[in-house]
Parts: sequence; structure tokens; C-alpha cells
Amino acid sequence: MAKLLPFRPRIAVGMGTCGTGNGSEGVYHAFADAIDKRGLDIHLARVGCFGFCAQEPLVNVWLPGRPLVILHRVQSQHVDEILDDVMMGNIPTALALCKIEEWDHITAQVKYGTGYANIPSWRDIPFFKGQKKIVLRNCGLINPDDVEEYIAVGGYQSLYNVLIDNRPDVVIEQIKAAKLRGRGGAGFSTGQKWDFLRKAVAEKKFIICNADEGDPGAYMNRNEIESDPHSLLEGMLIAGFLTGATMGIIYVRAEYPLAVHRLERAIEQAKEYGLLGEDILGRGFNFNIELVEGAGAFVCGEETALINSLEGFAGRPRPRPPFPAQKGLWGFPTNINNVETWYNVAPIIARGPAWFTETGSAKSPGTKVFSLVGKVHNTGLVEMPLGTPLKTFVYDIGEGGVGGRAIKSVQTGGPSGGCIPHEMFDTPVDYESLAQLGSIMGSGGMVVMDEDNCMVDVARYFIEFTNSESCGKCVPCRVGLDKSLRILNRITSGAGRMQHMETLEELSRYIRDSSLCGLGQSAPNPVVSTLKSFAEEYRAHIEDHKCPAGVCGVQPVGETA
Amino acid sequence: MSQAVRVITLTMDGREISARGDQTVLQVARENNMYIPTLCHLTGLARVGSCRLCLVEVKGINKLLPACVTRVEEGWEVSLNSERLSKYRKSILELLFSERNHVCAVCVSNGHCELQTLAQTLGMTHVHFAYRYPRLAVDGSHDRFVVDHNRCILCTRCVRVCDEIEGAHTWDLLGRGVNAQVITDLNQPWGESDTCTGCGKCINVCPTGALVEKGKSVREMTKQRQFLPYLTLMRERRW
Repeated sequence: MAKLLPFRPRIAVGMGTCGTGNGSEGVYHAFADAIDKRGLDIHLARVGCFGFCAQEPLVNVWLPGRPLVILHRVQSQHVDEILDDVMMGNIPTALALCKIEEWDHITAQVKYGTGYANIPSWRDIPFFKGQKKIVLRNCGLINPDDVEEYIAVGGYQSLYNVLIDNRPDVVIEQIKAAKLRGRGGAGFSTGQKWDFLRKAVAEKKFIICNADEGDPGAYMNRNEIESDPHSLLEGMLIAGFLTGATMGIIYVRAEYPLAVHRLERAIEQAKEYGLLGEDILGRGFNFNIELVEGAGAFVCGEETALINSLEGFAGRPRPRPPFPAQKGLWGFPTNINNVETWYNVAPIIARGPAWFTETGSAKSPGTKVFSLVGKVHNTGLVEMPLGTPLKTFVYDIGEGGVGGRAIKSVQTGGPSGGCIPHEMFDTPVDYESLAQLGSIMGSGGMVVMDEDNCMVDVARYFIEFTNSESCGKCVPCRVGLDKSLRILNRITSGAGRMQHMETLEELSRYIRDSSLCGLGQSAPNPVVSTLKSFAEEYRAHIEDHKCPAGVCGVQPVGETA
Repeated sequence: MSQAVRVITLTMDGREISARGDQTVLQVARENNMYIPTLCHLTGLARVGSCRLCLVEVKGINKLLPACVTRVEEGWEVSLNSERLSKYRKSILELLFSERNHVCAVCVSNGHCELQTLAQTLGMTHVHFAYRYPRLAVDGSHDRFVVDHNRCILCTRCVRVCDEIEGAHTWDLLGRGVNAQVITDLNQPWGESDTCTGCGKCINVCPTGALVEKGKSVREMTKQRQFLPYLTLMRERRW
């Protein structure tokens, strides 16, 4: 706690990949140099990301007894000014975005202090209003490289309690009662999955964290790991104990070097503190977590392809059944959960299932982190209760389109999701409602599109993506997506025919119904949903050789054929 | 995992059938002389469920299930040849025909080709998708055999028979998506392969004219399928 609330001012720079990309590395070094040169008594720390991407780089300033203040868009030239203010006991109000008086880390509460009547509380900033930070409870506030700060906010307390209690079946019942569902997109009951693994009899059992986040425009998992790696370890440790697994593996994509680095460091520290390895917390529980870097294939987010990849084969899915819980890694029972699922574990144990089901909708309790990106005013990571209507995301949190332009559609769920038109923005965002609209919640990507986006081009882009990421094992996905892409290319270049729309629909149906794995089964969603809601844009391309949004270089037929 | 195998009953296309609980839909159908088209499947080789021709409908289950890997369950009502299935199967064949250059008239396997036979059996009359016409190589570097990638449908029978029965693992896959291709060793010419034993099993399991003996002219490449029933005996059961 002394690190989080020291007896001297604390300045923490948000240094996720996103902050770094906006220059926070330079800001951090400017602070370090200036503090050093001036010999100031200030605690400087690196933290993860608080999620408001549009306002990066974010810097937290805390003076003892006062609220934590988040400064936004801080650049190196502001450093001296900020330090002057802080040493005078002031806060640089001009850069202040909001203040935090106290924070609920779920596993613990932190009271920063009171004051600063003229700075709005974080709850009053439109971007944060309505957000409920369960998964992101520690992100941007604690130093991800320091296990002590994690422990200070109640980290590993849930693990400790579970180990002391030693009643795994009761805890699994609690996870079931909390109705926690897989946050990777499929939404299967996590408690049930763990129960399968617990009941499986085998000499070895594995649990895997799927951190192969690959959807374009989605970066929830990256930020979660970068800002709070220990929560992930704790979730896996708890599941390891409950299910009797002998080893945990985190399959993280190699394109996330910072996440890999922070996880490595977190694993090292957890081992040092007796939280990982042999005889954890002196309770005779042995569990190890290994890190495996993916080789950059989108399809490896599919669980059976992921297992193939871990075994050293090419990432190609296997037919299910047998499900991984029966026959997974090296033929042993295996449980795979998405990064975000693991982050919900410690809070559920800390506060109980009844508390968890208070948030969200009846069928899908809890929150979900979405990456709100695209043509929206406020972009960033948003954690909202499930069941929140789409319009809240776009108009309240996102504060509408950039430059007041009209928003046309939101694409949810990455390349496997669909485009939801403006008229449907009342839809609550949960697993079932989005599936009904021909989209999916997926891992939580949310790309906002305005009148400058061509929906045919959007469909074309996503099919190009899934086509190049298709493993090529089964025929419908391999050849069908190639056909769809060729047709879409023809339409966007002006060589489309009216019957192409019908062929696309037909192809999409085949691909969806007959593909082997989730990639193929959901790949046609962008095409189907745009054909349904934006048919007139297709027609404009085909019949009038015009792209209403002015994106596609449509040319009359003769010239391109 | 030795479990007492249960006897179960189910219906297939309305016919009541009893089967062992460890059998797949395809096995049960074949035992009862009911037809399900297959292409990647070969009894005795690992089941990959990749061609999707053997998809069947089961009442009460939304998804179509591949008969070759799906085990039968008590009370299932399976439909093997609905209108939807035959449409999907034809489409899969059309996709396969349009993927590479399948020109039966000049193919050594003309008349002895499983893909061609399936197209005739399932009543595929024409391909209504645009052909891709990729430019693909023919590797004739081996003394006795030729691989013609133009005719390959990526069923991976050659890969499996070489690995699982012959134990050589000369064949494997390169790349992904439509650009995937079977290769010998580390993508070197077949003739320079160190691992190939020249046993010829891949030639005879290949359903099309992709793997053939040298020196055959159009229609001449009859495959020696006689050993296929013994594939299961030739290997340990691995699943």
C-alpha cells in the first residue's frame, strides 16, 4: 500500500502499448530526468492503461490526502509545468481530465482523498458514465510490473481464500451460480466447463488461456494483460486448484511484445512470492504456468487449432467432438478460456455470485469490455454491463460521430461479426440479441462506421481477412470464401452483376452451415448482414456504378472487365 | 478407456436401425447399405472431416454433422439425403471443380476418378461459380510418379497414408487457405525426397488424377484400390 499511496506525491504514467504509441515513453523519461535533475521527492511509476484511448497519453497525479487526478494528452513539454505545480501542492488543472476520490478494486477499496471541487469526478465524464469496472478494476491504477501493488489492492486474496477453504466443488458451484459465460464470444458457461474438467479422470489435465486476440480493431485482452497481468495468473491458479489441473498455459500472440514481457515478469514475481510453482501459499498445491507465443495465425484463436499449434502442428482445427474437455492437449482433458473470462474469477470469489448477477442481464450477467473504435468521438476500452443498448455505446459513451457526422452502422465481433444498422441501435448488447441480428458479440470489438464508410467495402475487407486467414482444411471455407471475395472485388470495382447478390447469399449459407470450425461458420456474417441492411449500397455499385460513400474506385463495366 | 459398448437404436432416413454406440454415422450407414458420399474419408486413415460431403442432418440438432466423425446416439433421427443436403453437396463439388483445373477430358484418371464419379452420382450438371484457373506446377521429378497440383483437392489422403501406414511422412501441407498445397519433404522436388520409399500408396489412395504413375495417357490411370480394405489392419488403431 505504501507504493500505491506513499507519503509523497505519486505520478504514474499510463504505459500500455496504446500510451506508448502516443508518446508516453518520452513523457515518462522526461519526468524521470526532471525529477532526478531537480532532486524532487516524488514517486514515479508506470501503470497500465485506463482505457480512454482518444485522450492518451494519460498521467495520474496523486498528492497525499487528495483525490487521484487523471491528466490527459500530456506531452513532454508539459512535464516541468506539472512538476512545478505538484511541488507547490497543486494540480495542473488545465490538463486535468477527471478525479478519482475512491476506487473499488472489487477485491479491496482504495480511498485516495477528497478535494478539487472544480475537477469533475471520473463518473461524470461521459466516456466513463455507466461503465462498471470489474475486469478492468486495476487497469491504469496499479503498476503491472509490481506484484506488491497488486497484492495491496486485494490481489491473490481470492486464491488464498479458495486454498484455505479447500472446497473446490462449492466454489465451482459459485462460478456456475454467477452464470459467468465465456468472454471469447461463444458464451458457454464457465462453471460448467470447469466442472467437466474437474470430473475428467486423467493423469494430467491442462488449462489454457487463449490470448491469441486477432480481431482487427480489438485490443481488450492486450490491455488487460499489459495493465494487470496478475489478475490473469490468479484466475488461472484458482481454476487450476478447482479443476485439479496440473499445468496452465497462456497462448499469447507474439504480436503483443509488451504483454508477453509483462506476463513473463509477472510469472517470475509470482514464483518469487510463492504464488506459483510448488506448494503455493504453503497449502501443498502445485501449479505452473507457461507462456507460449503464437505464430500469428488468426485461426489459432479457435480452440482445437490452438491445441494443434501448441502441439507443434500447423494451426488447423480438428472436428469436435471429442471436445478438449475430453481429449485436448496431448490427448489429455483440457479447459480453454479467453483472457477476459479469467479476470472475472477473483471478483466473483471475493464478492460472491449474488453480487455478480446484480450487473448485466438475466441470461448474461456481469460486464464485458468492448473496444469502441472507428468513426466515433470518444474511442477507447469500455467496460459496460451486458445488455446495455448499443446506442448508449455510440451516443453516450462515444458521444456520437466525429465532427457530428451521422453514424450508419456498428460492426461488432470482429471479422466474424455483422454490421448492425442505425435503426437497430436499441438492441441490447448481449450474446443472444446480437446473434439474432446475424452478428456476434465475439471478443468485444465494436467498430463504428459513418456515412463515409462503404458497407460493401467493409464486407469485402472482412472477407479478405478471413479468406487469407482460412487454414484451408475444409472445402466450404477454403474455396467458398475465395469465391465470395472475388465476387465482392468485382462489385467494388464496378464489374458486378445483379445475380451476384444472390450468389453471395447462397455461398454464405453454404459456408456458414457446412464449415468445420467457428472461423468458417461465422465468416459470412459481414456479407449476410450488409446484404440484408444495406442492399441499396450493393445495388448502387452494381447498377449505377457508383459508390455512395466514395470509397470504392467503381468504374463502368467495360473498362475493368 | 475400455467401456462396455452399448447397443443403441436410431433411425436413418426413416429406417429403424440398431448399432453399436462406438460407431460413426457413416459406419452404421454403410453397414446397412445406405449411401453417404465421402471424399476425404478412407477407412483405416485418421478421420479429418474436411471435405464436408458426408454432412447429415439430425433432428433436433441445428448444425449439420459430418457422418465420418460423428458417433451415433440413442434415438437419433438421421436424415442422409435431404434436399438441403444434396444442394450443399453439389455446391461443395462445384467449389472443388472450380478451385483448380479439373479438365476431365484430358485427365489420365478420366473414368477412374472419385471426384468425377461423385459429380455424376450426385447429379452435378454444371458449375455456377467462376473458375479460378490457377497456374500450378506439375512435378515429374520422381522416377515413377507424377504429382499434378492442378488436380489436387487437398483431401490429404496421401499425407495420412504416407504418415500413418507407410510411416515415411514424405507428404505434408504447405501454406493455408486456397493457397495450400501438398508438398514432399520440405517442399523440394519429389525426385529429390530422402524420405519417399516409392511404395506408391499415395498414388492409389489419391481420389483424382493428382497423384499418378508416369507414362499414362488419358483414361489409362486405373488405380490399384485392392489394398484399401486392409488399411485398418496395416496400422494400429489410433483413435
